[in-house]
Amino acid sequence: MGDVQIRTSADATPAADVDMSTSLGRLDVPDPVFTASGCAAAGRELAPFNDLSALGGVVTKSIQVDPRSGRPTPRMAETPSGMLNSIGLQGPGIDAFLAKDLRWLADNDVRAAVSIAGGSVEEYARLAGRLRGQPVALIEVNISCPNVEDRGHVFACDPNAAAAVVAAVKRNAPTSVPVFAKLSPDVTDIVAVAQSCVDAGADGLSLINTTLGVSIDTVTMRPTLAGITGGLSGPAIRPLAVRCVWQVHAALPDVPLMGIGGIRTGTDALEFVLAGASAVQVGTVIFNDPSAPSRISAELRTALAARGFERLRDAIGLAHRPPAIRVPEEADPLGDEQPEPDPVRRHVSFDDASTVTFEAERRRDNASNVTVNEGNEGD
Amino acid sequence: MTPVQVQGEVLSVKQVGAYLSMTVVASGVAEQARPGQFVAVAVGGDDGAMLLRRAFSIYQVAQRGVYGGTVEFVFSVAGKGTAWLAGRRPHDTVDIVGPLGQPFALPKEPARCVLVGGGYGAAPLFSLSDALRKRGCRVDVVLGAATADRLFGALDAKRMAASVAFTTDDGSYGEQGRVSDVLPEVIERTRAEVVYACGPMAMLEAVTRVASESYGGAGIPVKVAVEESMACGVGVCMTCVLPVVGDDGVTRMTRSCIEGPVFTGDRIRWDSLGAVPADALGAMAQFSTAGQMAR
Repeated sequence: MGDVQIRTSADATPAADVDMSTSLGRLDVPDPVFTASGCAAAGRELAPFNDLSALGGVVTKSIQVDPRSGRPTPRMAETPSGMLNSIGLQGPGIDAFLAKDLRWLADNDVRAAVSIAGGSVEEYARLAGRLRGQPVALIEVNISCPNVEDRGHVFACDPNAAAAVVAAVKRNAPTSVPVFAKLSPDVTDIVAVAQSCVDAGADGLSLINTTLGVSIDTVTMRPTLAGITGGLSGPAIRPLAVRCVWQVHAALPDVPLMGIGGIRTGTDALEFVLAGASAVQVGTVIFNDPSAPSRISAELRTALAARGFERLRDAIGLAHRPPAIRVPEEADPLGDEQPEPDPVRRHVSFDDASTVTFEAERRRDNASNVTVNEGNEGD
Repeated sequence: MTPVQVQGEVLSVKQVGAYLSMTVVASGVAEQARPGQFVAVAVGGDDGAMLLRRAFSIYQVAQRGVYGGTVEFVFSVAGKGTAWLAGRRPHDTVDIVGPLGQPFALPKEPARCVLVGGGYGAAPLFSLSDALRKRGCRVDVVLGAATADRLFGALDAKRMAASVAFTTDDGSYGEQGRVSDVLPEVIERTRAEVVYACGPMAMLEAVTRVASESYGGAGIPVKVAVEESMACGVGVCMTCVLPVVGDDGVTRMTRSCIEGPVFTGDRIRWDSLGAVPADALGAMAQFSTAGQMAR
């Protein structure tokens, strides 16, 4: 990424010139935009509003071994720039899914990223096995499910449980199909869970799933949702999601990531790409704008062109590059030598007696990357 | 019928009794719409904080001018989203998706029909009445509301129906009581063969019961358009579900946006609204009590 020229002006090259292709493990796709699980059913309902075959793919609603009714209503509550849901993974079960939904996706040349969910490691393994010989482009493992064999503890919140699921899926899944684990942000150390999933064989990671919330109806003075807690999604969680992508990409720069969380525009998608995502998924915003996946793909292309990119791949993780070095106006007349930068001070004291500590870390390209290592220092 | 998404120009926002009526140029929606279908409208603008679409049944459509068809829907200001809609002015743009959902099925042969509406839920009944009368059906109407100013379409109903009965909860117009109080008499008097209804869920349940118990328990078919809370309107969010018995006798948590909003009344598990019946396909015992699990 070191040789990329970045233009900050908006003098766009024609949008069509941007190569939008990307790679997710063994899977190469012509476009980085996918629909997110649980926000597109199995794709068909969005066909009137999007050219689904032109997208990276459709991530299906999480499919389980048996049909599931889901939870009682109300299942949804609108919140500022987001929503809470407690659908309860309503779905037809793997048999009906393969016969109807997956068949429809294949017949319409839509790349199917199949999300699977289970209540035990064995269920995940069975589901992965059922996908052998099926037209599946990618498997996304929804590990934000309660483990019935461990008092309902969520797999995604325990690095060992998450790894056990991923390993079981990898053992049973078709070998040519990349397996992505979808991580929950409701953990203390998302890098630890990410590392654990990768060590267990995950070809990539999708992040993030929803984060738990509660809404109280002040008229009834009861929880708004029948399920009490719900998953918070939408633009409200975008900075949380970008942070997770940032941290995981910084720790595991060679692992392909799918960025998910409140993407509403092409520049929102670009944030995730710059933070380290090789692809993005559009979720809750589909409820607001059913044509959002295609629109965001077009907007991302325009945003990349406006910044001088010829390839999406060149933008992946670019926000992690070292800070630009300012060249003084009266530069060396030879003009071909970079002046030595001032040494970086690790401790800066301010006149209000506060101190900000900087920490320099070595990155794989040996460039020095300076990050502010102090949380919540904003206003 | 393929739904379309259009950036529609607002032609008018009018006060109609206690309600508002908005007319939008929505080419492609108007031309395809059939009685009972609805539109899903985005509120708050492209960068607003309200993400969920508001669903409104279509009151009427028209072919007008060079801009294409127009769609008119009725709403009341119940929260921030509808307040935003109420603040739209002519030439503003609203993002509208439609037509959505299953329309009212019409009798193949001329039949005597009673149309029952509650509040502004009556809106889709007027285009339904036109369609029924084109088929040679007799149309009688029952309109009910809490108060007189919340009766929607009283004049239209008087103009088009063979007879109209009004009820209000407070007796400020028509008979004091509920539509289901007068419906048995209307069915008997008009020798009705079909009932259509649109309005609050409790009203639809009562209307379904009356229709099923009519003619000494023989019963007549009743088609109801439900008002379930929706997030997307297009079938992807799974929030607008209700327990409905399928042709195979199996109860499923069924999307009211795709399979509905019009259902045959006696197919809805009215006693289980807001719950998952234990015999529903894929019902989980732990959801009979409030769940605590992550998605």
